[in-house]
Amino acid sequence: MGKRVALEASIAAAEAVKMVDCDFVSAYPITPQTHIPEMISEMVANGELNAACLTVESEHSAMSSCLGAAATGCRTFTATAGQGLELMHEAVWIASAHRYPIVMAVCNRAMSAPLSVWGDHSDVMSVRDVGWIQIFTNNAQEVFDLTVWAFRCGEDPRVLLPVMVNLDGFTLSHVTESLLLPDEKEVKEFLPPLQLPNALHPDKPTTHGAFGLPNIYSEMRIAQEIHLRKSKEFIIETLNEFGDKFGRYYKPVETYKAEGKKTLLMTMGSFSETAKIIIDELEAAGESVGLVYPRLWRPFPFEELYAAVKDADNLIVFDRSISYGGQGGPLASEVKSALYGKEKAPKVASIVGGLGGRDVSVEQFRQIIEKGKEIAENGSEELYETVGIRGTVSGIRG
Amino acid sequence: MAENTVKIGKNEVPVEEYISPGHNFCAGCGEVLAIRLAMKAIGKDCILNMATGCNEVTTTPYPFTSWKVPWFHTLFENVGASLSGIEAGMKKLMEKGKIPQKKITYVGMGGDGSTVDIGLQALSGAMERGHDMVYLCWDNEAYMNTGIQRSGSTPWGASTTTAPAGKVSKGNPRQKKNMVEIALAHGIPYAATASIGYPFDLMEKVKKAAEKEGPAYVHILAPCPTGWRHAGDATIEMARLAVTTAYFPLYEVEDGKYTISVNPSKVKPVVDFIKAQGRFRHLNEDDLEAIQNTVTQNWERLQKLAVQE
Repeated sequence: MGKRVALEASIAAAEAVKMVDCDFVSAYPITPQTHIPEMISEMVANGELNAACLTVESEHSAMSSCLGAAATGCRTFTATAGQGLELMHEAVWIASAHRYPIVMAVCNRAMSAPLSVWGDHSDVMSVRDVGWIQIFTNNAQEVFDLTVWAFRCGEDPRVLLPVMVNLDGFTLSHVTESLLLPDEKEVKEFLPPLQLPNALHPDKPTTHGAFGLPNIYSEMRIAQEIHLRKSKEFIIETLNEFGDKFGRYYKPVETYKAEGKKTLLMTMGSFSETAKIIIDELEAAGESVGLVYPRLWRPFPFEELYAAVKDADNLIVFDRSISYGGQGGPLASEVKSALYGKEKAPKVASIVGGLGGRDVSVEQFRQIIEKGKEIAENGSEELYETVGIRGTVSGIRG
Repeated sequence: MAENTVKIGKNEVPVEEYISPGHNFCAGCGEVLAIRLAMKAIGKDCILNMATGCNEVTTTPYPFTSWKVPWFHTLFENVGASLSGIEAGMKKLMEKGKIPQKKITYVGMGGDGSTVDIGLQALSGAMERGHDMVYLCWDNEAYMNTGIQRSGSTPWGASTTTAPAGKVSKGNPRQKKNMVEIALAHGIPYAATASIGYPFDLMEKVKKAAEKEGPAYVHILAPCPTGWRHAGDATIEMARLAVTTAYFPLYEVEDGKYTISVNPSKVKPVVDFIKAQGRFRHLNEDDLEAIQNTVTQNWERLQKLAVQE
């Protein structure tokens, strides 16, 4: 019936890889991802996990070797962060286009320069458009659960897509928390063996990676786009299946005390847990404030998001990365376009902070909500405002 | 080797073709000939991983494919890594009983650009990790698919589109990188050079490479009429002259032991190889002498290495 344990979130990810009996793991060490491949290597060294475990010479080769292994029909996992994700960028595109159900943990890290090993979302935002299913986690339990689920969903014959499981670098990856681990038997029941159609084998030769001339490239890409969007229904179905099996239900867009509230705060990733504290405090003080935290980033859950925010007056979107020279926060940008043209929609304020490991305290979330409400109600000349950044930040205009 | 063979001289050559006709390689292409011969030596029980280059453009314009064996291509510089994944993945699936046991040859192929330049890191990683694979480089001495730009494998003095001969330029300013030595520095059990001008030697070496446990490397000179600017029907002649002039000696290194495979009784002057090629047309007598000196030095060095053992 499983057991309650204290585990670092990175180790929880490794536990999930072990419990799904992964066949192939390939990774290159990068802070703050290192604890995941270290733990998996230990599991393999101790005979607890029977996987080919490649210690490759770069992240580009980590993803490339995963492409090769996945093409043979292996259950395949890798993990990376920040610079590593960017180094493997072009190979990440192939996984989704070839429909290889690789699972990748990304311990979200700020991009250089200046060099930073600490957390924000600029790494994952730069692979937003590569055709993967992308999901965010907020705590160690979710890291374990959604890593197991990622294999179930990605390998589903109706889906066959790679899945990126995001966990914030350090503030989640290195935090030890209490979580429930199921029995391996239960995980096996939840996850059928992978049956990759057209796997590489000399007995049935297939061609993977053909050349797309202009007369076919567009059709192939549109087919991929339609398929990724359609996968949302199977994402929801498999999340519910996970809930039925393990008792923990996850949704594409989660809410916390959000129903009927005038003002909603929106966060993504582990800062959502901090935000919940201020929501509790403000609720106790009689204020009408709730939290919405999208879990599914791609395919973007348009309907679910709209349903969660449509009745509010104000929506304050907090981003941990910047689209330089554009709208600013990628999440705010996505939300604004999702609400554009809707007859009934909240006014959106965009706030950016928590870059490169800069903490955002409970008190600062109070400021975010106050400032955001003011912007939403009175408007602002700035495209977005910042929190916790020294000096006068102004002149961010379209 | 395949069951159906034909006897050519004293050589048994498999009849079966693993790359179908109908592909779009240029007339007189040395690369496709190298692939065709190598595949005969490897046989059907293989998985082929190719780097981006002329090959996928010409053999897999979707929805067509020329390949009768499993064929995998993703990027330009990652064959060492993706082939590592294929090899380690297949072996793990067999070990875990998820697929039946079968002896499979894991073959990586790429041009000189993808091998000696952009893909060198991934290939080095794969050789260092000791994957059971055969890596074949067909060397046409420049980035031919993108239009004859110089690579690390372009010889000194060749005019390319990014190292053109001009009023103050002799063409490519650097000597050709010695990829076989780089491969050997990884302590691999087998490395060799081969030429499409010596098909039986080529097939024998590829077969030997495939049978070796661990990484094996074969560097194949494959003239490109378009890039070398010679007639399409002169490809084989160019490939043979490269060997008989000792410009590209054929040798193998098995468990550290050097053996020269084709030892010309009288080495021809390198100008015999160079004069038919437009890429060297601009060179003067002094330049040709400099090339001859380099060729002679390299040839003498190789002979010493072969004698030592």
